[in-house]
Amino acid sequence: MQYTEKVMDHLMHPRNVGELENANAIGEVGNMKCGDIMKMYMYINDDEIIQDVTFKTFGCGAAIATSSMATELVKGKSVKDAMQLTNQAVMEALDGLPPVKVHCSVLAEEAIRAALTDYYTRKGIDPVSVLGEPKHHDDEEEIPVID
Amino acid sequence: MDNRIVYADNAATTQVDPRVIDKMLPYFSTGYGNASSLYALGQSAHTALEEARKNVAAVIGAQPREIFFTSGGTESDNYALRGMMHSRRAGGRRHLITTTIEHPAILQTCKALEKEGFRVTYLPVDHYGLVDLEALDKAICEDTLLVSVMAANNEIGTIEPIAEIGKLCHDRGVYFHTDAVQAYGHIPLDVQAMNIDLLSLSSHKINGPKGVGAIYIRSGLQPETFITGGGQEKGRRSGTENIPGIVGLGEAARLKQAEMAEESARVRALQRRLIDGVLRIPQTILTGHPTQRLPGNCSFAISAIEGESLVLFLDHEGVCASTGSACSTGSLDPSHVLMGIGLAHEVAHGSLRLTLGRFSTEEDVDHILEVLPRIVERLRSMSPVWKD
Repeated sequence: MQYTEKVMDHLMHPRNVGELENANAIGEVGNMKCGDIMKMYMYINDDEIIQDVTFKTFGCGAAIATSSMATELVKGKSVKDAMQLTNQAVMEALDGLPPVKVHCSVLAEEAIRAALTDYYTRKGIDPVSVLGEPKHHDDEEEIPVID
Repeated sequence: MDNRIVYADNAATTQVDPRVIDKMLPYFSTGYGNASSLYALGQSAHTALEEARKNVAAVIGAQPREIFFTSGGTESDNYALRGMMHSRRAGGRRHLITTTIEHPAILQTCKALEKEGFRVTYLPVDHYGLVDLEALDKAICEDTLLVSVMAANNEIGTIEPIAEIGKLCHDRGVYFHTDAVQAYGHIPLDVQAMNIDLLSLSSHKINGPKGVGAIYIRSGLQPETFITGGGQEKGRRSGTENIPGIVGLGEAARLKQAEMAEESARVRALQRRLIDGVLRIPQTILTGHPTQRLPGNCSFAISAIEGESLVLFLDHEGVCASTGSACSTGSLDPSHVLMGIGLAHEVAHGSLRLTLGRFSTEEDVDHILEVLPRIVERLRSMSPVWKD
């Protein structure tokens, strides 16, 4: 199993690590048993722009790298744009992931969604009305892999 | 950061000793004869082969004629299990006993034998990885032919009570095979005193070359041959002998035999230093047995971080290490050994194995102890589950 240079770069020098004091959107996905937990913190301003975003991740190299890349991809973006972020985009930005690590990119997409869900819930808005029903990644193996 | 490599993965493989390489080289260039040929060039290869056999046998108190060269530990394990279960001597006995923490070379072979209709019992181990002798005693039944228990575990380094298991098997009239790939040359083993009928060993775990190993088969035993051909190794393992490799294994074995006491004392001192140092990292535990363990094995579970990222960060600092975490195996389950000793998933995810060997130095240990706590701290600072 080999990671790309980009994955290694984001692992060794992860961007936007830590907690965010003024966060108004926090999402956590994964579980200890499976060995991956991702937590995203966002500050979304009044224009619904993700002004700041950070993460904390427990997990393998790919889990840390996809978290880091996901924060880079949504930082400064509108909530609307962030909602469109797919695990595919995260993988592409990292020049691909080994097949057994595809689920890490799914987790990153879900972490973003979890944070946005929290944002709308806090505002008293039904998150599903804005974000739609959660996507189903039932068989991660079938997600095509970018080499 | 300097550019040195600290190799702390000697359970995976070892550096070939330069003395071993020196001994091997002539058999590539001038001594390339086929050991089966009649002329002098072939006969000198034959002499080298028999010299190696003597050296390999001496380490475990076997007769040279009880040693058969193979391609390595995996082949030896396959030969022992498949060969014994299929042997004519089996006399209808179709039951095999092993443990849950064996190497895949044993476990996957057992699975294959089960598909053929043989019955396999997988004995559990305690939280140190030790086999329960009472459970073994109970598991032996009328149609049990063979018991296979590793001499020492590759992940956690626990040394099994081989002498007691051998005696029990002997008393109950069943054959005893041990996978000694990790133990051979590192701890004293005696096939007579320990009642071992078959033993697997590998060259590349004892500072010898890869691609060569051997099996000890007690005189009189006839496991079914599954590599047929030109009848080399008394018909038990056909194929032109890998003379340079076998010479390398022979020399590696001879050196281990000659230097075992001194080397294991030295490596054990380094092991103590490393284990003590790593255990100073908060919320870190030693996995495996505290004292009944291989000289070089230092295995841990470090809480709130994950083994694969830890190993990648260590590599970045020039340290070669291993982990049994799920993410390293490509499945959602941590290694069967860590599960076998009863670690919770979340604990096993933080597994780290550092294994020292002949060429490990105090400076190596100190380098690890300098970089590891820093890396753990960094990963914990990124971890949402870390609490001081």
